[in-house]
Amino acid sequence: MSAKESVLAKAVWQETKPASPAVRNSRKRSVSDFLVYAAGAVLLFIVACALVPGWIAPYTPTEMLTDRIMQPPGGSHLFGTDYFGRDIFSVVVYGSRDSLLIGIASVAAGLLAGGAIGALAGYAGGIIDMVLMRLLEILMTIPGILLALAIAAALGPSLANIVIAVSLSAVPGYARVLRGQIMSIKGRPFIMAAHSIGTPGLSIFLRHVLPNSWAPLLVMGTIGLGTSILMGSGLSFLGLGVIKEVPDWGTLLSQGRGYLTVAWWMATFPGMAITLLVLSVNLIGDKLRDRLDPKHTRG
Amino acid sequence: MSTLLEIENLTVQFNTAKGLLTALSDVSLHIRAGETVCLVGESGSGKTITSKSIMRLIDFENGIVSGGTVKLDGDELTAMSGRELQNLRGKKMAMIFQEPMAAFDPVFTIGSQIIEVIVRHKLGSRKQAWARGVELLRRAGIPEPEARMKQYPGELSGGMLQRAMIAMALACGPELLIADEPTTALDMTVQAQILQLLKELQQEFNMAILLITHDMGIAAEMADRIIVMYAGKVVEQATASQLFGQPHHPYTKGLLQSITTLDSIRKSRLPSIEGTIPGLAELPEGCRFHPRCPHATAKCVQESPPLLKVNGRQAACWYAGELAGKLGDGQAVVQTNGQSASRPCSPADIVHLEPEPGYSIPSPFIDIIEVKKYYPLGRSIFAKHTSSIRAVDDVSLQIRRGETFGLVGESGSGKSTLGRMILQLEQATGGDIRFEGRSLTGLSEGELQKTRRNMQMIFQDPYGSMNPRWKVSDIIGEPLRVHEAMNASEKRIRIEALLESVGLNPKWADRYPHEFSGGQRQRIGIARAIALRPSFILADEAVSALDVSVQAQIINLMQELQQELGLTYLFIGHGLHVVRHVSDRIGVMYLGKLVEIADSEELFANPAHHYTRGLIASIPWPDPGRERIAAGIAGEIPSPSKPPSGCRFHTRCPAVTARCREEEPKLAQVRNSHWAACHFPA
Repeated sequence: MSAKESVLAKAVWQETKPASPAVRNSRKRSVSDFLVYAAGAVLLFIVACALVPGWIAPYTPTEMLTDRIMQPPGGSHLFGTDYFGRDIFSVVVYGSRDSLLIGIASVAAGLLAGGAIGALAGYAGGIIDMVLMRLLEILMTIPGILLALAIAAALGPSLANIVIAVSLSAVPGYARVLRGQIMSIKGRPFIMAAHSIGTPGLSIFLRHVLPNSWAPLLVMGTIGLGTSILMGSGLSFLGLGVIKEVPDWGTLLSQGRGYLTVAWWMATFPGMAITLLVLSVNLIGDKLRDRLDPKHTRG
Repeated sequence: MSTLLEIENLTVQFNTAKGLLTALSDVSLHIRAGETVCLVGESGSGKTITSKSIMRLIDFENGIVSGGTVKLDGDELTAMSGRELQNLRGKKMAMIFQEPMAAFDPVFTIGSQIIEVIVRHKLGSRKQAWARGVELLRRAGIPEPEARMKQYPGELSGGMLQRAMIAMALACGPELLIADEPTTALDMTVQAQILQLLKELQQEFNMAILLITHDMGIAAEMADRIIVMYAGKVVEQATASQLFGQPHHPYTKGLLQSITTLDSIRKSRLPSIEGTIPGLAELPEGCRFHPRCPHATAKCVQESPPLLKVNGRQAACWYAGELAGKLGDGQAVVQTNGQSASRPCSPADIVHLEPEPGYSIPSPFIDIIEVKKYYPLGRSIFAKHTSSIRAVDDVSLQIRRGETFGLVGESGSGKSTLGRMILQLEQATGGDIRFEGRSLTGLSEGELQKTRRNMQMIFQDPYGSMNPRWKVSDIIGEPLRVHEAMNASEKRIRIEALLESVGLNPKWADRYPHEFSGGQRQRIGIARAIALRPSFILADEAVSALDVSVQAQIINLMQELQQELGLTYLFIGHGLHVVRHVSDRIGVMYLGKLVEIADSEELFANPAHHYTRGLIASIPWPDPGRERIAAGIAGEIPSPSKPPSGCRFHTRCPAVTARCREEEPKLAQVRNSHWAACHFPA
């Protein structure tokens, strides 16, 4: 076929169009890919710690080696030992279970409750929105930790109550973010288009509004994970948590704080564990958000 | 005249996530002092980037000048430091932007922003600057300039802000004024005023204007010379009369042919340039226009043509000389190829959908009876609803089966609100809307749902009207999912058939909206609208956001579909020539009132209402030889919250009398099937 023919044989729909070939910036891409894989590995390791700590930790967390009190990191004790002579690495490994539980459960509960309130307020609008938002504003005037303290004190110390207390203090934040997103999506022309087609309201909400609104919540949730672990530990520190043989990371952190000048490793390693967890969840969350956005996946 | 601006072989690249993209290649052009040069082309052709490169504003957008020179009055701009440039920007060259609302900083008063420019360039004290600001605003046609100086941008209308923007650009007496689509965001009437103002000011200030526009009508009216750009290259450069007289580049010819003028044959198939402008990441080899060019040969595919002198102008086409004769002879040269080749533009193709005599006497298809829409002002529960915005006030009209009814008016006239009320997307405050004899206003949710099958809508912004997370198949399939019980494979077949019927590749069903161009997205929007085989479609500014060439494609498609499916359209638009082309009858709205209604030809031949006359007069003609005869309409549309007494148009009417101020005119028959609400129809 001559060039001329090939040109003229074109139908309208064969327009050269945005197939946007992936002109990739290979260096940038590989760095970000590496980070995500690293984050995945860290997260897997932490989950493994929580599930089968016995396979990973060299000592049991309650074992007190009285001859090796407050030893710095190195040798047979990767993270050093504490004032009882416990191997900090082992304690951190065993402590991952409660930390993860507090973090994930309270974020999940907060997201669900906050999301539901925000979605309802944003989509229904009017008087419902006004009432819900005023209530949340009242809740927001109380500092998060104080609120959690009050709740934990009222309900009594237990793991479940810590989760309730921590998640409740995060509810207003999630609710406000989702409400704002939903209100802006609600005004977009494609919602009007769906109405004009005759799509029922609930279907519009579930298929159009929600999928376009929740992405910021995902990011907030990943950051909230770290805050929740810390707040849970704060409650434990104040004696409102569960008194257990194996302390969670937050508790470890607050216990080690007093020894920062003499034994820096006692607080540093649990702190690093929290940081690593939050960082990796955050990285994966970001990637996930991009993956779920059709604009990022193709082209 | 001396050369003021000289651009030679300018190449500009952008650093993007997709790598380095070349936005401009080898652009050369010059502007002489005091001259008006228009830069035209479709969106994506590089017009705006050229203007931003002159101001070196691309520096702030990851842009780099990677080759060539830009000389302003002998000074080389590409090599200048940021500080030197700051001293030039605003002083020697100034810029007006498309969106006056976005170009002003909302937290400072108009006055302080004008004063800042003057003081920054050390052209006077604050006091002198104030006086000059007031003077400039007055000159730009802004009433009560002292008061406006103290106002914030949000307090002024779009037209007033654009005047203020012009005043600010003129503050330091620039030698070069760059105006980037300065009237695109404005109403046709205001556009005419702004263009007139620019013309006057150019003479007064003796400056050169680089006007960027996609509207060939504006180019014809304003330009001494016209530069046509395509895909980052200059393809033709000629004086306005040369260019309109005999275009040498097939692209220019295509652009000129795509324009709907007031004397084009109504309802005929518009010639258009098929295809879309290529993106920067996938520029074709050889001549960049070859995939869309009907004259392309092997040479065009392989070698890129340079900009050569031909017959006293410049054109970048291998066959510019030979084609010129052919292009100029008035034939439809930019042929429709491929599947639409079966429908060439010929007089026999003109669609006659005039209703047969007596056809409209039985109950009308859509009957709008004294419909009102009031929005209460102030949200407080304690306030009595004493004042309200009367978006639509007592409008009655009928739409006949199978016709296209056009609705025109400035923004704020209530035309979109009326359209949405027909579709029951907004509840009428009063009155009744009947669809095929059934009242829609009292329908239950379920009944309404059923009626929606028959009434669909095409939106102005095709991208915004689609869920960005959905695939095309889901978007087009949504009405099918809601209204019809179909299994997946049946649905898929329907969707592919729909895609094909709107001229898209059925294989594209699994793509996302962002992977398409504007025109293609509008085709998807149309496919969705016809999915249920409705009898009525509301097209609300459906082609306003598209380039002229694409506009013609979409209009052709809509007309074809109307014939095939027997559709009735309500076509809302502000481009009068487009509305005239597609409509059988037209209604003109002003401040919530229907002021005139007539057959399309009749309305344009003998407009009775002075508002209609003004609207028609403000359309720019794509003919450089033609001077604007009548002035458009002065002033701007008043706020619908306190409409003028009597005839609402009396504040702007050239034929106003005392009676107009007191007594509201009723819609009265002027001629056969021509009604106007005016005491003294022309």
